[in-house]
Amino acid sequence: MATTKRTVDVELSTTGLDAQGRPRRVPLVVDESGSPVAVEAPPSIEPELEGEHMLINIGPQHPATHGVLRLVLELDGETVVRCIPHIGYLHCGFEKIGEYRQYNQIIPWTDREDYLNSPGNNVAFALGAERLFGIEITERCTVLRVMACEMSRMISHLVWLGTTCIDIGAFTPFLWAFQQREKVYEILEAWIGARLTTTLTRVGGMGADLPDGALEQLNAFVQGFPKVLDEIDRVVTRNGIWVGRTVGLGAMSPDEAVNYGLSGPMLRASGVAYDVRRDFPYLDYETYDFDVPVGTHGDVYDRYLVRMEELRQSNRILAQAIKRLPDGPVNVDDHRVILPPKSKATSDMESMIHHFKQVMEGPRPPIGEAYVAVESPKGEKGYYMVSDGSSKPVRWRIRPPSFVNLSAIPRMVEGHLLSDVIAINASIDIVMGEIDR
Amino acid sequence: MSNGFTPVVPGSTLGAESAAPATPKQIAHRGGAMNPSADAIRDRFPGAVVRAAVVWGETTVVVDRARAHDIIQWLHDDLAQRYDYLSDVTAVEFRDLEQPLEVVWHLRSLPFRRFLRVKVLIERGSALEVPSVWDVYRSADWLERECYDMFGIRFAGHPDLRRLLMWEQYKEGYPLRKDFPLRGRFSRSEQLRQALAANPEARYSKDELSIADAFEDLPDDMKRRLGTGERTGE
Repeated sequence: MATTKRTVDVELSTTGLDAQGRPRRVPLVVDESGSPVAVEAPPSIEPELEGEHMLINIGPQHPATHGVLRLVLELDGETVVRCIPHIGYLHCGFEKIGEYRQYNQIIPWTDREDYLNSPGNNVAFALGAERLFGIEITERCTVLRVMACEMSRMISHLVWLGTTCIDIGAFTPFLWAFQQREKVYEILEAWIGARLTTTLTRVGGMGADLPDGALEQLNAFVQGFPKVLDEIDRVVTRNGIWVGRTVGLGAMSPDEAVNYGLSGPMLRASGVAYDVRRDFPYLDYETYDFDVPVGTHGDVYDRYLVRMEELRQSNRILAQAIKRLPDGPVNVDDHRVILPPKSKATSDMESMIHHFKQVMEGPRPPIGEAYVAVESPKGEKGYYMVSDGSSKPVRWRIRPPSFVNLSAIPRMVEGHLLSDVIAINASIDIVMGEIDR
Repeated sequence: MSNGFTPVVPGSTLGAESAAPATPKQIAHRGGAMNPSADAIRDRFPGAVVRAAVVWGETTVVVDRARAHDIIQWLHDDLAQRYDYLSDVTAVEFRDLEQPLEVVWHLRSLPFRRFLRVKVLIERGSALEVPSVWDVYRSADWLERECYDMFGIRFAGHPDLRRLLMWEQYKEGYPLRKDFPLRGRFSRSEQLRQALAANPEARYSKDELSIADAFEDLPDDMKRRLGTGERTGE
């Protein structure tokens, strides 16, 4: 098993660890004068258990499994020898349902798979469907979608940060992260009227344009967000407990990470700078100025660092998007896919026909297929759609990034301690809604 | 960096003179530039390519079922191709039941920034079996298991081809097949009856129960039932 050795300077004041990362010996018993009394450790009465393995079951109802994941572990003492994951407890058959829905009717389902990244999923699905229809979206729509993607990346990473801090034993960053997440949700609520299940996009446009005042609100958020990140960074990054519980865990080498199909921060933490936004761009991402952070060791600590840096980069992209947001129409001027305004639908014959055809029958793409991948907060999220010329897809396939990332968990936890399983599992950033679909 | 670490950067083999990738615009429905790997497969494996086409800017290569594994292995290993990243494995069944089933591999070459879709056709009436690429890409592990679970397509050579999303004793068939009704094959009352009749104690597979001799510690009646091959949910 590959091991990773590294040292991180630890601030002594915050923790019970010394400069080498070992626990500082603090006397627990003092005499009347306050000077420490030497206490001898009790003689070990641990029975010899060599060779006996133990079966332990984590989940499906366990707070640290982030949903209904079940891990069956074989333990030798505290060391994990074998890990057998079980998934599917949340399987809803999204892909099957999609075969019975028109394209615009599938968008609400994309909210519900990776529910921390709903706007990003909506955008990804709309991009896929537009490829299938052969539609070019407007410039304002492109920038609005970039904003939606980056906002949802922030939401997802902040939830990851907060819950992982709780898993590892820090509560305060969770509150700070969720405070910021709330601000993003407020903007989303003003924009589309929903917080979690946004259904933000339509094929060929958006469900709504930004409301008045939202840009200022977003701007204020973008200005204030780095300060909060700095604060979280100060509390967590060099904290001895955090470092001690994350460094060297679940390390994946670059070749291995690529072979296991990892993507997103998991892959980049291993030192592979693959970012769909950079290498297979969409939504004009190549025109934005942002960096792709990579880790050096591929362990849990690097995954944390990569996600922290991605939050800063998202903030940068968001600031650029606010600056460049052009005026103009949001939806394409094509009434085969975009509903005509309601006033025209009741007064103008042609608009009424379009309205009727779209609602009753749905737009029909030509025969073809498209696989469109975007960089979701978890990694490469792809939608593969196959059309036979009817208004409903023959096949709608979600390429779930955290599903593939999770499939490497036996490789990552085997050989580590039981308590490290929680940290490694948290570092994958799984959302069971997306894994089970 | 101090430890001599260099990150792996996609597109690095393309050289500095290659343009940075840009968002594709005005993609044609049919036609367009074909991925050079399609012709490379034709040259390397004469007769193995059934057809190759570009649809919406993406190259699809339909290959012979028996040679799919060799072709994908070659795409992975060959230094001029280097398809090192398997994005997705899935299958497509058409509503028109005359059309063959398709198994689809989405491959990416990170060093060359290429994307290729490889397909295998399974004609109606022939065995639902394709070669597994688990030995080439570890990411195929769960993707192939899911495909087997949803379509009943067997991946020959996969070391652990069990159901993944549905439970192992699921009897209604393969949910993403077109002959599978949206509400499931069994009636609601039958599904409820089976759920209530499930044995909540028997949550582990026999394989898992072999750990720590946990099997020996079970009550006698459970041991008897599991010993006769009975599994969870029966």
